[in-house]
Amino acid sequence: MGTIIKDYSYTPAKIKHGYSGKSLYINLSDLRIEQKEITEFMKEKFTGGKGFDLWYLWHAVTPETRWDSPENEIVMSVGPLGGITQYAGTGKTLLCSISPLTDIPIDSNVGGYFGPLLKFSGWDAFELQGKSDREILIFIDGNNGRIQIEEAGEYPEDSHLLAEALTKKFAEDEDDMVNVSVVCSGSGAKHSYMGMLNFSFYDPRRKVCRFKQAARGGLGTIMHDKKVKALVVKYRGVKPNLNDPADIATINKVGVKYHKEMHDLDQKQNKMRQIGTANTVMIMSQYDLLPTRNFQTGGDPETVKISPQVFINEWLTQGLHDGCWYGCTMACAKCADHFLITTGPYAGQRVTVDGPEYECAAGLGANLGVFDPQAILEENFYCDTYGIDLISFATCTAFIMECHQRGQITKEQMGGLDLRFGNSHAVLELLHQMSRGEGFGRIAGLGVRNLKRVFVEKFGADPKLLQDIGMEVKGLEYAEYAHKESLAQQGGFAMATKGPQHDEAWLIFMDMVNKQIPTFEDKANALYYFPMFRTWFGLVGLCKLPWNDIVPTDNHKTDSPAKVPEHVQNYVDLFNAVTGKNIDKEELIVQSERVYQFQRVFSVRMGKGERKDDYAPYRSMGPVTREEYLSRQELYDKQLREFQKLDPETMDLDEKIAATRRYREDQYEQLLDAVYRRRGWTENGIPTPERLKAIGMDLPELLEVIEPKL
Amino acid sequence: MKVLTHKQELCTGCLECELACSRTYFKTDDRNYSAIRIIENNRTFHARKCTQCGECIDMCTANAIYRDRNGVVRIDKKKCVGCLGCVGFCTELVMFYADDLEVPFKCIACDICSKACPEGALEILVSRVKEN
Repeated sequence: MGTIIKDYSYTPAKIKHGYSGKSLYINLSDLRIEQKEITEFMKEKFTGGKGFDLWYLWHAVTPETRWDSPENEIVMSVGPLGGITQYAGTGKTLLCSISPLTDIPIDSNVGGYFGPLLKFSGWDAFELQGKSDREILIFIDGNNGRIQIEEAGEYPEDSHLLAEALTKKFAEDEDDMVNVSVVCSGSGAKHSYMGMLNFSFYDPRRKVCRFKQAARGGLGTIMHDKKVKALVVKYRGVKPNLNDPADIATINKVGVKYHKEMHDLDQKQNKMRQIGTANTVMIMSQYDLLPTRNFQTGGDPETVKISPQVFINEWLTQGLHDGCWYGCTMACAKCADHFLITTGPYAGQRVTVDGPEYECAAGLGANLGVFDPQAILEENFYCDTYGIDLISFATCTAFIMECHQRGQITKEQMGGLDLRFGNSHAVLELLHQMSRGEGFGRIAGLGVRNLKRVFVEKFGADPKLLQDIGMEVKGLEYAEYAHKESLAQQGGFAMATKGPQHDEAWLIFMDMVNKQIPTFEDKANALYYFPMFRTWFGLVGLCKLPWNDIVPTDNHKTDSPAKVPEHVQNYVDLFNAVTGKNIDKEELIVQSERVYQFQRVFSVRMGKGERKDDYAPYRSMGPVTREEYLSRQELYDKQLREFQKLDPETMDLDEKIAATRRYREDQYEQLLDAVYRRRGWTENGIPTPERLKAIGMDLPELLEVIEPKL
Repeated sequence: MKVLTHKQELCTGCLECELACSRTYFKTDDRNYSAIRIIENNRTFHARKCTQCGECIDMCTANAIYRDRNGVVRIDKKKCVGCLGCVGFCTELVMFYADDLEVPFKCIACDICSKACPEGALEILVSRVKEN
């Protein structure tokens, strides 16, 4: 269809023990295509995945680089274990770039077939730098060693149409469709900072392209700015040994053991195979953790209308395989088939909606006061096909709705959109405006941090209130967990390197329910171990969910059930079996810490990795408003008596709110001190040279960044 | 549909069936390559072999398992990616694998083992029920 403007041949590198040893570099400004060596130094210090991404990104940018600078890169890598088929969750691609929302490196992990097929096509990593002068698509043919860059102006924009068109274009026949994977965004990414990237995988049973999202931090916005409409990879011949593992017998043995566990236990535990991550919606509501109406409360009696059972019984197709990479018997990528769209450009059409995942049901549901499964699915569909990160969109829209509720902005200032809690029609119209680049949709897409400034400057809103209720840290919108009663999780979110996302730590039950980490030292240990451990998934190409969304029957008898020791050992065994190395569970943490500390220093280099950047909006820590205090008055009064020896009977409501706040903010300062010490950081949150040396990361370029800050 | 049946009362545990299977398909006497396994329990012999129930068809992560025209559940070796999900999910424990094979293997009711059985303990039954 489009004119081919670059044709490049290469010999696909043979994979040895998990690594092809080559990375692909494409400069979009001058259409330069180069191959780079993955060095032993890179493998040793950065392992793969996010590690490789950050290393390349570090060398591409300067402290002045912003998201739309030509030198900014989108880098992706699947990691040495990525693409093995015998264990669940082994197809994760990690992407990094300088984010339009945060101005620091964002990392986003995603399923779908692109990453593994890219590696089998000979590439451990893929850098996209520069900007094209016209809309293009890049096609990588891994069987024939060919890369083509083609003009792409005439293809549709929205993901569900574009992925289908390109999958058909590049597949020879129906059976070949599974060998094609597309990365693309949508019309909404053009007009917002929260554009995301869809990674496709063809579902041969439903005969549609399914999607997983590299959602966080504006990667779709960056790709659109670079005028890349799509990346397409094609590789035919996936088999279990393509990673050339050192010891396939161990991989098979560990894999079969895990598959049996999934078969025997999932139904009794989380029902991931039936409902996926949305299984927790009711539990979150019961424990006051489901963000409701911009995190004002942690649940609502109406949650029952969007309960897992409702989605299972009425919306989600059951009994078909729903994994986003081969071998994933957890199969949590559920979807609603033949869903009838009622608004926008696709009204009247029946589509397959990928989801809802937990974040969707919580964010586009409870957090917007929308307790209507059909509306949630339609919002889900449009976020996906427009290429909009539904987490940022949900948290941002919830913020707008509360600003409206509290008289900070008017309906007229929102261009006539009646964005009040529960109005899903207005939410959908906001999405359509984002897609068209019109009206208030264009403003809303700037994200919470920018909106706070706009609402204050343009509409005279109260800056202090907006600071308290705007759920962002470092510029990134919060993921969908209310956590006022878990100090450890307040840190888990607000200290997260890229912004408040729970892929670093989810400690709420350990902290708040099971009371396993009562002291600051305990919390600091948890905020050391779990972020380090969970970083590792992104280095090697794995999904976190199979780690603890199912656990062995005797897990509760181990010395640390929250760590799921048997599964940690599975990962150690898998790593050694693929790479031929001999790590243990302690070395696994060191591998992670090298990259974790590197990313923190990278953030410092870009101007945002210090103590001042690790503070949470008070909404995440305690009751901002009188209604919030009153909603759990008994609990808060009790805490005043127990923790502060105050008598709530002698205090008025505002005094009680102020005393609670003073106490909680002080607790948070103490938490920061304890965690910084445990992580080997200064009081200002800067990694020390001693700590970097201890893990072999005292590289001159890192020391140069931190030394002026010590 | 075709399914292999086993008469416990006739089986002497001679394992000729296993040998016939592994020799036919993998040219080896190693019973780990047989799609039928005779298990001794208290001097009676039980046969582990596929019942052609087809539960693996929908769970297959590569859509590589299907029921053929004779009702036999089969693995399309070209589509199979060797994830071994079916091995872990088979309630009868009759989906087998070996580390030097790219894909698992199972009983396809071919009749070779029953012909090899000296006692007539194995038989292929053909029925019209349970097509899906």
